[in-house]
Amino acid sequence: MELLNLFLKATFIENMALAFFLGMCSFLAVSKKVDTALGLGVAVIFVLGITTPLNNLIYTYLLKEGALTWLLGEKAATIDLEFLTFIAFIATIAAVVQIVEMAIDKFSPALYGALGVFLPLIAVNCAILGGALFMVQREYDLAESTVFGIGAGTGFALAIVALAAIREKMKYSNVPHGLRGLGITFITAGLMAMGFMIFGGIQL
Amino acid sequence: MKFLRKKLDQIAPLFEKGGKFEKLYPVFEAADSFLYTPAHRTQSGPHVRDVIDLKRMMTMVVIALLPCILWSFFNNGYQAMLADSSYGLAASDPISMDVILQASWIGFRVFLPIYVVTLAAGGAVEGLFATVRKHEINEGFLVTSMLFPLIVPASIPLWQVAIGIIFGTLIGKEVFGGTGMNILNPALTGRLFLFIAYPAQISGEVWTLLPKDPALMVDGHTGATALADFYTNGAAAIQHMNWMDAFLGLTPGSLAETSTLACLIGALILIGSGVGSWRIMLGSFLGMVGMSFLLNSMAPSPDHYMAVPWNWHLVVGGFAFGTVFMATDPVSAAQTETGKWIYGVLIGVLTVLVRVLNPAYPEGMMLAIIFMNVFAPTIDYYVVKANIKRREKRLGIQ
Repeated sequence: MELLNLFLKATFIENMALAFFLGMCSFLAVSKKVDTALGLGVAVIFVLGITTPLNNLIYTYLLKEGALTWLLGEKAATIDLEFLTFIAFIATIAAVVQIVEMAIDKFSPALYGALGVFLPLIAVNCAILGGALFMVQREYDLAESTVFGIGAGTGFALAIVALAAIREKMKYSNVPHGLRGLGITFITAGLMAMGFMIFGGIQL
Repeated sequence: MKFLRKKLDQIAPLFEKGGKFEKLYPVFEAADSFLYTPAHRTQSGPHVRDVIDLKRMMTMVVIALLPCILWSFFNNGYQAMLADSSYGLAASDPISMDVILQASWIGFRVFLPIYVVTLAAGGAVEGLFATVRKHEINEGFLVTSMLFPLIVPASIPLWQVAIGIIFGTLIGKEVFGGTGMNILNPALTGRLFLFIAYPAQISGEVWTLLPKDPALMVDGHTGATALADFYTNGAAAIQHMNWMDAFLGLTPGSLAETSTLACLIGALILIGSGVGSWRIMLGSFLGMVGMSFLLNSMAPSPDHYMAVPWNWHLVVGGFAFGTVFMATDPVSAAQTETGKWIYGVLIGVLTVLVRVLNPAYPEGMMLAIIFMNVFAPTIDYYVVKANIKRREKRLGIQ
């Protein structure tokens, strides 16, 4: 029940894209077509679902103050490698993204082509690193961070698919010239965030 | 009336191409087609031989709104009279003809300035866009400007009315290309903006026009809505409320949302004329009933908010008004038939969910509709996709 609550919280209440505005570059750039957006969404779920628990393990057993005692014994209790957090997290994320990229290339070349440069860019997607950093800040354990990662990814996927569907519908809209493209997409994302306020304040 | 037509024809050349006020043509055109059936015909296909056009549709919505508007005159005046001891009226007194007339007059004076400001401020934005972008001023604005004053509290400052409707028409509609292209309901977008930006004036106990002189305040008067009562007292609040009063709308609330009866009449007009979607209305109703039963069965005690039965959720707050007039907005709602069911049901479910489980907002109707507006294109997309798949299967392509 706790985990289900965490999942719902990560998906709806603390939506990565629309409550924290993380991962905006791919959110705005890969939302022209629903199918591509869904592909990217699934990739983000996958990457977040793997990297967050992985980073959790790395953080708990390698980086945290005194984390190395299981390996080096009592004398390691004062070793604090937290200054390596960012670089370690990024390295993990980059490695996982590389694997996902190769997998998509192998199993769905069409999606690989559609995602283009944005697939490797997931590596520097702030939503992914954000997921890992939230995990540290909120002191999740392994199970919690897995659920949180998948939940946050689902929230991102939901938001990007909704935005893509709106943009497909907006193709027929007579938007003023200066606003076409990214301008109106920013406004749409802002209005969507207003809609997502419906869940703000729910205590789970 | 002939005189008016003549006058219009007389000044028409001024606004046509090459005329002095050529730039202001949309404004002239709007006034002309508001007063008379336009003479022009559709230039290119497809030609549908039917009397229903945007103007008739929007006029139908305004007609359907009339019961709500008339009731709002009476009820807002009535609530103000109850709050002001100089009228010497108590809630238990029988409502005489004099009271109805007096109350309606007070309520009318509440409504008129709000409506005039809405028309002026929103109309200025609409007119500006129409003039610069050379499109026509659409009847869609007539409905938006009619709906917006009906969903704000009676005590709202007029400058906020202006800001709300400007945001609604500008960001909610015009930047997307005008009528028929918006993704959210413009009137609700404006209200949501006010709700977020100025929460003090649009939530809490602002629903009654209180007497200017505090000494005239009736002792023990509370302008709290039924929803606020539920929020503080849970289902126990039912004991000191009257269902019939809530159904008729003799309760404080946004200008025209209080009367479920008036909304039902409006719903009949909308469904009968085919303007409003009965699927969305029924879906929203069923979603609300289903979610209420679910929460009833989970309620920890019979006095908890979760135990509030569906017939109360139906009559309090803006549920009826939102379901009939806001959720059915043909532009921002789902377009497919199956999609309408999903869209409607989720609105009902989310409304009850927010009311009961989200302590941040006492009412969930506005946010539920906006949220589902956001997801309506997604629903449509997948409904259409499922349809394509089913047909492919039937034809044996896949």
